[in-house]
Amino acid sequence: MNRIEKAFHSLKEKNGKAFVPYLMAGDGGLDQLLEQLIFLESCGATAIEIGIPFSDPVADGPAIQEAGIRSLQLGTTLKGVLSAIQTIRPIVSTPLILMTYMNPIYAYGIGSFIHDAVKAGIDGCIIPDLPIEEEELIASHLQDANIELIRLVTLTSPIERIEEIAKKGRGFLYAVTVTGITGARTEFNTSVAEYLKNIKSVSPIPVLAGFGISTPEQVVELGSYCDGVVVGSKIVQFFHEKKLNEIEHLIAASKTADVS
Amino acid sequence: MTTYAMPDEKGHFGIYGGRFVPETLMQAVLELGQAYDDAKNDESFQADLTYLLKEYVGRETPLYFAENLTKHANGAKIYLKREDLNHTGAHKINNTVGQALLAVRMGKKKIVAETGAGQHGVATATVCALLNLECVIFMGEEDIKRQQLNVFRMELLGAKVVSVTSGSRTLKDACNEALRYWVSNVTDTHYILGSVMGPHPFPMMVRDFQSVIGKETKQQYNEKFGKNPEAIIACIGGGSNSMGMFYPFVEDSEVKLIGVEAAGHGIDTEQHAASLTKGKPGVLHGALMYLLQDDAGQIQEAHSISAGLDYPGVGPEHSYLKDIGRVQYESITDSEALDALKLLCRLEGIIPALESAHAVAYALKHAQTMSQNESIVVCLSGRGDKDVQTIQANMKEALE
Repeated sequence: MNRIEKAFHSLKEKNGKAFVPYLMAGDGGLDQLLEQLIFLESCGATAIEIGIPFSDPVADGPAIQEAGIRSLQLGTTLKGVLSAIQTIRPIVSTPLILMTYMNPIYAYGIGSFIHDAVKAGIDGCIIPDLPIEEEELIASHLQDANIELIRLVTLTSPIERIEEIAKKGRGFLYAVTVTGITGARTEFNTSVAEYLKNIKSVSPIPVLAGFGISTPEQVVELGSYCDGVVVGSKIVQFFHEKKLNEIEHLIAASKTADVS
Repeated sequence: MTTYAMPDEKGHFGIYGGRFVPETLMQAVLELGQAYDDAKNDESFQADLTYLLKEYVGRETPLYFAENLTKHANGAKIYLKREDLNHTGAHKINNTVGQALLAVRMGKKKIVAETGAGQHGVATATVCALLNLECVIFMGEEDIKRQQLNVFRMELLGAKVVSVTSGSRTLKDACNEALRYWVSNVTDTHYILGSVMGPHPFPMMVRDFQSVIGKETKQQYNEKFGKNPEAIIACIGGGSNSMGMFYPFVEDSEVKLIGVEAAGHGIDTEQHAASLTKGKPGVLHGALMYLLQDDAGQIQEAHSISAGLDYPGVGPEHSYLKDIGRVQYESITDSEALDALKLLCRLEGIIPALESAHAVAYALKHAQTMSQNESIVVCLSGRGDKDVQTIQANMKEALE
């Protein structure tokens, strides 16, 4: 069993809600990564998304764009991140998921990338510019390597398409909760609750809500419609501002979420 | 080559192309593909398009024999396909008219577009005014400085121009912001992409709308001489005027097709926009294509004196045509383009766009390798009015 599956399995036994934080690798220096991962693990993260900076992140809002620029200026590369993770993997037991645009993987070479990702102990991959129409480029190779390709569904995906994606899905299904890019939102469209419930009803794997979630209240509310949440921009911002207690609060909120 | 049927139904040209976009856009991209297929086969849509191209854009454009330039080059005859004489001064409007009609047909009331030199932005703002569509144009802060007059033209036409301050603040970043805007407003907005790039169906659709250039050229040349020209030369940024020019000739193997990229300060420097000559395949803005990138897959900044060629990628079909060897890709530096521009002004009384001057410059070189019985057609994709300030500044700099 893959670490992600195990994590969701034990969460289910405890009737808990998932919290998956996202951090930008190399923001503040790649030497911070170990400390950041240990901190998120100690707060109770279900899994951790490790963002790879990219020069042209079209799915991301200002917070993650700026973190990516800071990281690139410090010379962060996908190769460097994988080698850092390989070194620290024995110390961190939480599932680790890479979130990267397609081009850094393509430039790496798909075969070499998977080889090094396995060596580093990567459990999953999220590729925001790889819809199911193009995934044959890498999906079966990831599956052979026991790395879960986490698929995304969105508010603009018709229910038949959501079903199709959910059926292919591995690990968990990432339900995007805004029609837009990443970044904090003060409120969500009222249809989001129904959207998440609909996805839950067709998905054989856990469903996590993400994009725009930035407060403990939103963590609780959106988590109540599905199996938990992903929080990115806000975590990135708090790490940058060194407000670690705020991160603790966000993750703690997921432990109080109404389990239905 | 006998038959050429690209792309496949998923928008792939060999390994290139495809639909590498966030899931939020997939439904819009699929719907657009369907709507375009329907429109393509609908006589009334084609009739509307033909009417506007003739009565509004001013087609057909002349195929002009540049006799003085030919004498100067002392080789093959040089013909100019005068896309600079289109309404708004460039080939860009061939595509914006088509896409705006499609947007209306799809019931979309709002348009977003990116622009580099401003020509595509002006052509988009123009058709939006004509068809009563709301229009937002993203343009890099650097390009806004270089092309102030075009910014004002867009605003005069009723468009909202948004300055892009991320990244290199040029065309690449304007594309990023236009895509982000589209992701956030996809339900009521159509994205009029300006070149043969982006996710399927854009590369195919923009090529089809631009192929009016090549079709007319073929007909005009054949009417006069009963055969095809020996060579065709066009400049390449994203690659829309060249793709539109080449496409109707792709199966005519006797016609040599030459695409000219911007070599900027030289292809052995860091400052050029020669994606096919110096780049390697990768994924950007929705498609797999040749890209200027570093070893880690980060996109590099392009450089050209011409804002319209200043893009680190090149359309997927060009990427494919390079690999199969059907089109030959060359490059021309900033200073070679400027020299050709001045020459065309003096010899023919035509001020070409800096982009098109790259094609003219290569044609002058290439003509000398051909016989006087042979012909080259150059796609003169746009007029140079927008560039006179850049040219003036550059000539002053050269004098100092």
